[in-house]
Amino acid sequence: MVAHLVRLRLTLLANALRRSVWRTIGLVLAAAYGAAVVTFFVGAAVVGGRTDPVLTGQVVTVVGAAVVLGWWVVPLFAYGLDATLDPLRFVPYGIPHRTLLAGLATTALVSVPAIFTALAALGVALVWTTDPAALAAALLGAVGAVALCLLGARATTTLLAPLLESRRYREVLMVVAIVPLLGLGPFLSWLSGGLDKNGGSVTITSGDGLSAVVGPVAAALAWTPFGAPWALPAAVHDGAWALAAARAGIVVATVALTVLVWSRALARALVSPRGGTTAGRAAGLGWFGRVRATPTGAVVARCATYWLRDPRYSASLALVPLLPAVVVTLLVSSGAGTGLLLAVASLAAYILGFGLSNDVGYDSTAFWLHVASGTPGRADRWGRVVPVLVAGVPLVVVLAVAGAGAAGRWDALPAVLGLTLGVLGAGLGTSSVASARLVYPVPTPGQSAFTTPHGAATATIVAQAAAFGVILVLMLPTLGLGLPAILLPSAALGWVACGVGLGTGAVALLVGVRWGARVYERRLPELLSQVSAFA
Amino acid sequence: MIRVTQPTAPPDPGAALSLRGIWKRFGDRIAVSGVDLDVPAGSLLGLVGPNGAGKTTTLSMATGLLRPDAGTVHVHGTDLWASPDAAKRRLGVLPDGLRLFDRLTGAQLLTYAGLLRGLDRPTVAARTEDLLAAMDLTADRDTLVVDYSAGMTKKIALAGAMIHAPHVLVLDEPFEAVDPVSAANIRDILRRYVDDGGTVVVSSHVMDLVQRTCSHVAVIAGGHVLDAGTVEQVRAGQSLEDRFVELVGGRRETGGLEWLRTSSDSG
Repeated sequence: MVAHLVRLRLTLLANALRRSVWRTIGLVLAAAYGAAVVTFFVGAAVVGGRTDPVLTGQVVTVVGAAVVLGWWVVPLFAYGLDATLDPLRFVPYGIPHRTLLAGLATTALVSVPAIFTALAALGVALVWTTDPAALAAALLGAVGAVALCLLGARATTTLLAPLLESRRYREVLMVVAIVPLLGLGPFLSWLSGGLDKNGGSVTITSGDGLSAVVGPVAAALAWTPFGAPWALPAAVHDGAWALAAARAGIVVATVALTVLVWSRALARALVSPRGGTTAGRAAGLGWFGRVRATPTGAVVARCATYWLRDPRYSASLALVPLLPAVVVTLLVSSGAGTGLLLAVASLAAYILGFGLSNDVGYDSTAFWLHVASGTPGRADRWGRVVPVLVAGVPLVVVLAVAGAGAAGRWDALPAVLGLTLGVLGAGLGTSSVASARLVYPVPTPGQSAFTTPHGAATATIVAQAAAFGVILVLMLPTLGLGLPAILLPSAALGWVACGVGLGTGAVALLVGVRWGARVYERRLPELLSQVSAFA
Repeated sequence: MIRVTQPTAPPDPGAALSLRGIWKRFGDRIAVSGVDLDVPAGSLLGLVGPNGAGKTTTLSMATGLLRPDAGTVHVHGTDLWASPDAAKRRLGVLPDGLRLFDRLTGAQLLTYAGLLRGLDRPTVAARTEDLLAAMDLTADRDTLVVDYSAGMTKKIALAGAMIHAPHVLVLDEPFEAVDPVSAANIRDILRRYVDDGGTVVVSSHVMDLVQRTCSHVAVIAGGHVLDAGTVEQVRAGQSLEDRFVELVGGRRETGGLEWLRTSSDSG
């Protein structure tokens, strides 16, 4: 059965590659990137191991702990786990629970991130080439670490899946996820403080300063499940067998615990059907009763309704007011200048503007209604933009004013306003073209936030990088005027930047929507075919 | 008159829907290979065929949802792919296997469909009420479509296809998952619509239903139209089901799957 599932996973992968050249390119790029990262880490480990294996081992412990923690936590928020072998699909076959568990655990290894994590984990064991006993311990530790990564990811996602299906919990979880970020500021300032005390020269060869900082951190992490497998060889190297046994014990116990949690959560998930919540109701026509009775008005009402009712939209909406809180806390705790407060509004504007860049992908195949009814490109594009504009402009203006006030930089307000509104307009304009041109897979309506559509990660990154590049280029003139205006500071230049920013935003928005409408009308059936291919 | 035409025959301007030489290829699989079909105005045509025959692909190309590789589609004489806006105004579409904007309530979804079609507000409001009543969905008007059952979803989508009073209704599997009472109501609605001069194309694989409901039938298999005409013409004295099996072939004599008998002692 294990072999069956691995073969199934490989067949699915091969079929996916055969269906799309882009997926093949994505896989090759991901593999090249992974190979580069692994080479870098292994190379650093070998070099570091020759000069100072103990210190290098401590660095490996800290970095390794971060990797394990990342495996546990990142799928909850960002990409989700690959859903090609969704356990629920095996329900009809009556596979014994233990066999299914073993099979899924093994297939978890057959993915690009898993393979490169395993290669890197085994590779960094080369730190201990000078000490065969420690080397053996390091290889064992690496196996334990990889098991912890894969099983932990399965355990956390399966355990929290029912929770994250509901919108309210997910928004709470997003707030909770910010908390470690908030702790980052004090940690960084403590770290730099520690380095300063030791003369500040940070190189691995003359690593007094580094070891003074990394040593305690690694020692503490070695007692956690995340750091224990990586710290195992150091204990063996020191001949501290009791310590080594304790760390091995932590690893084995954690692996056992994750298997138990995963097994229990999976067993529960297999017998409780998805969804099954009470039927949602909304009296009256809502926004549909308030907009003008035109196709544009209809799309405005539908998009406004979706922003509030579809968790995929409302989650990103929840992010916008959270941003200022995060930035403020980061600044206050790390003691950096308050100048960054001025950037909060532009950042929020970027998130809002960029949020529409795959709107047709979010519609999924429901988009057929626009195709069948021959909805004009103008109506479709403006309909999607207007709700963001109506809610977004007051929001970012308030953020800009509040940011300038909190930073005590009222003089910078014109430049900040110009930048912010410019970014909003440029973002919405770029998105209007991008969503008619670059459609990439997103979770379908109602799908769990934990799943990621196959092959979506690469496409998402490419589309986002392209959109970011375009917005950046569009904003260059405003940035060229606005940054000197804020930094010098120059009031006159600030007003010029304000004008240029507003002009850029307005022109980019108008041109983007018009161009997007033309592309949309030309590609109407092709857009539907694209989203149908993802479904 | 409905007939299998030569690819060279010009589109019939009198037909409600006239397909000529429609082709569609997905990769190296040819889904539809040269479909010619005329749907006379005022007919209720059943499009029947085995699974994978190309019914959905043909109907998608006939309604503007999928661009054909070759061929033309005329809706009451208007070339669909040359002037899509004019042709789409006359078409009401119910696709199969595509989502709806299901975070809207039933009433909101119908309002959305009506406004997208450019209707004014009083018309949309009145027709929404009428359609909800006709589909027996008035009690669920404020429930999100995502929480509808499969049959209710089918009915709300059907209502959305009708809201702009199209000349031609193209419905892919409209009776699937719909309860018998609702199905009878929908059949009545469609018959009345045809009596008033409308034209309906429905796809189905329930031969009995087509024989009882439709005036015309077209049999499609392997991406071709095998036969088309009035139900009487096509079935030629047999039951439609027998005639269909005769045209399409592939019926097996009994035998095989002996192990499936629960009385056998292998289990």
